[in-house]
Amino acid sequence: MQEVVIKTDKLTKRFGDFIATNEITFEVYAGEIFGFLGANGAGKTTAMRMLCGLSKPSSGQATIAGYDIYKETESIKKHIGYMSQKFSLYEDLTVMENIRFFGGIYGLTNKQIKEKIKNLAEKLGLQDQMRKLVGSLPLGWKQKLAFSVAVIHEPRIVFLDEPTGGVDPVTRRQFWDLIYEAADNGITVFVTTHYMDEAEYCNRISMMVDGVIKALDTPANLKAHYGAASIDEVFFELARGAKRSAD
Amino acid sequence: MKQLLIFVRKEFYHVFRDRKTLLLLFGLPIVQIVLFGFALTNEIKNSKIVICDYSKDVASQQIIRQIEASNNFEIEKAIWSQSQIESAFEEGNIKMVVVFPANFNNDLQHLHHAQIQVIADASDPNTATSLTNYVSAIIRDYQQEIIGRTSMPLQIIPETRMLYNPTLAGATNFVPGVMALVLMLVSVLMTSVSIVREKEMGTMEVLLVSPINPFLVIISKAVPYLVLSLINLAVILVLSVYLLGMPINGSITLLVAESTLLIFTALSLGLLISTSTNSQEGAMLISLMAMLLPTMMFTGFMFPLENMPMPLQIFANVLPSKWYYIIVKSIMIKGLGFAAIWKETLILFGMTLFLLQVSFRKFKIRLA
Repeated sequence: MQEVVIKTDKLTKRFGDFIATNEITFEVYAGEIFGFLGANGAGKTTAMRMLCGLSKPSSGQATIAGYDIYKETESIKKHIGYMSQKFSLYEDLTVMENIRFFGGIYGLTNKQIKEKIKNLAEKLGLQDQMRKLVGSLPLGWKQKLAFSVAVIHEPRIVFLDEPTGGVDPVTRRQFWDLIYEAADNGITVFVTTHYMDEAEYCNRISMMVDGVIKALDTPANLKAHYGAASIDEVFFELARGAKRSAD
Repeated sequence: MKQLLIFVRKEFYHVFRDRKTLLLLFGLPIVQIVLFGFALTNEIKNSKIVICDYSKDVASQQIIRQIEASNNFEIEKAIWSQSQIESAFEEGNIKMVVVFPANFNNDLQHLHHAQIQVIADASDPNTATSLTNYVSAIIRDYQQEIIGRTSMPLQIIPETRMLYNPTLAGATNFVPGVMALVLMLVSVLMTSVSIVREKEMGTMEVLLVSPINPFLVIISKAVPYLVLSLINLAVILVLSVYLLGMPINGSITLLVAESTLLIFTALSLGLLISTSTNSQEGAMLISLMAMLLPTMMFTGFMFPLENMPMPLQIFANVLPSKWYYIIVKSIMIKGLGFAAIWKETLILFGMTLFLLQVSFRKFKIRLA
């Protein structure tokens, strides 16, 4: 029996008459890479925002790392990391200042932060860039740095909202190496993406269409079930009936 | 507490990395003060004044000699009636009249206090203030001198009258106005823009997901701009005292305290603006339209409020700067204490509480 770190039960978010996510129910296991797929406007980001505590659900239940998303948001916040769709570091701060700041707000001691800075510099090959402004780095490095900062406090779960938008394939591959490494260290990765090839890298994936989870399984099982050669085809099969147009 | 420090340090990085804005923030008040300083200050030399000496005694003669000795005045001695004085002022021939009443020395020796009337043409307020200040200084010197000679506490009271412009609109009005304007500009505009920037960049979400209290984010945003505004305040005060010869008659501590209150009002207004828009351009536009323009128009330092139509006068009451302007004038020019301005202070305080409450509520709603 695997440990469940995210558990939702009929989680729903309404904006007036519009139901952004409609009674979604799923479980995510500790240490897995969980892909959260869907077209633009399918409700992925809304669902993720609810799980991170950025948005209050209209109805339904959910627990994150064992904490209730209504009552224990403060405890949840200590155990999750988050990387938003937009690039989420301060461009006018240096690499080091960014690491120090985010380490600081997660309550790391100065000694821990120093160690992190040293490790990250080595791991990302940024030794010579530590005192440069983040804004002057190439996008690929920025994204890798943003991910490293999102897991700086070694959270139970890290939420990644379309982390690889606009990056070249090589950098994307490197980025996924970082994700694997984090998963190996026991961090559960919850990732939304548009790229269907990335979906293949996940342990399990869910597909959302019109606010509803239409399918949830390992990539291999999904392909077998729909008789498709790739996740791309599975997605087309499922999303064909979508009523909501992209954005 | 440690987290607040971490945040404040980050905010200072933002401020100091943005050199252009920083230059603008510090340059603006200096430029305004210096420009107006040179536009309005004129060296006063050989101004024509009339001395009406009704008493012609030892004391009045001595004072007149002192006045003659300074090179600021071109003196004519005459005994003029009230109507003669007025017509001379209206023709613009003279700048000031000094009247020694009959029995000046007598009053001084026996009643221990005597009066001198100083009437100035205040349609040019700067000149009028300077002239009356010169004469008052000469009279004060003389008083010190005779007190040294006798053991009696003697008093000469110069009674100054500013004709045509009793409130001295001009530089003295301008400085409190610039103070209000600059403090509002820095605090409202910069706070709203810097909060909205976090939203625009996506970093606000990251902060909200972190265990940080969202209000800590807001408070730490306010700290650097509070510091910057206080530095600006100091610069304005130093320039206006040493460059414009503007007096600070009241308590500086009170002045700084009241200015801090206005900064807080402005910061909470900036916060409110930041909760109602998502783009830096939006924040800037709202700040300029809703704050800067009305502050310039309706505070009373550019256009006198009394001359405006009633609805506009009523509208001016919602502007924090209007009340601050009254407070600063009372402290700096009239030298009044807290007792005279508690009402205005209370209004500003109320405005701050109201703005904070509304913006915190809006901020919370956005989180939900």
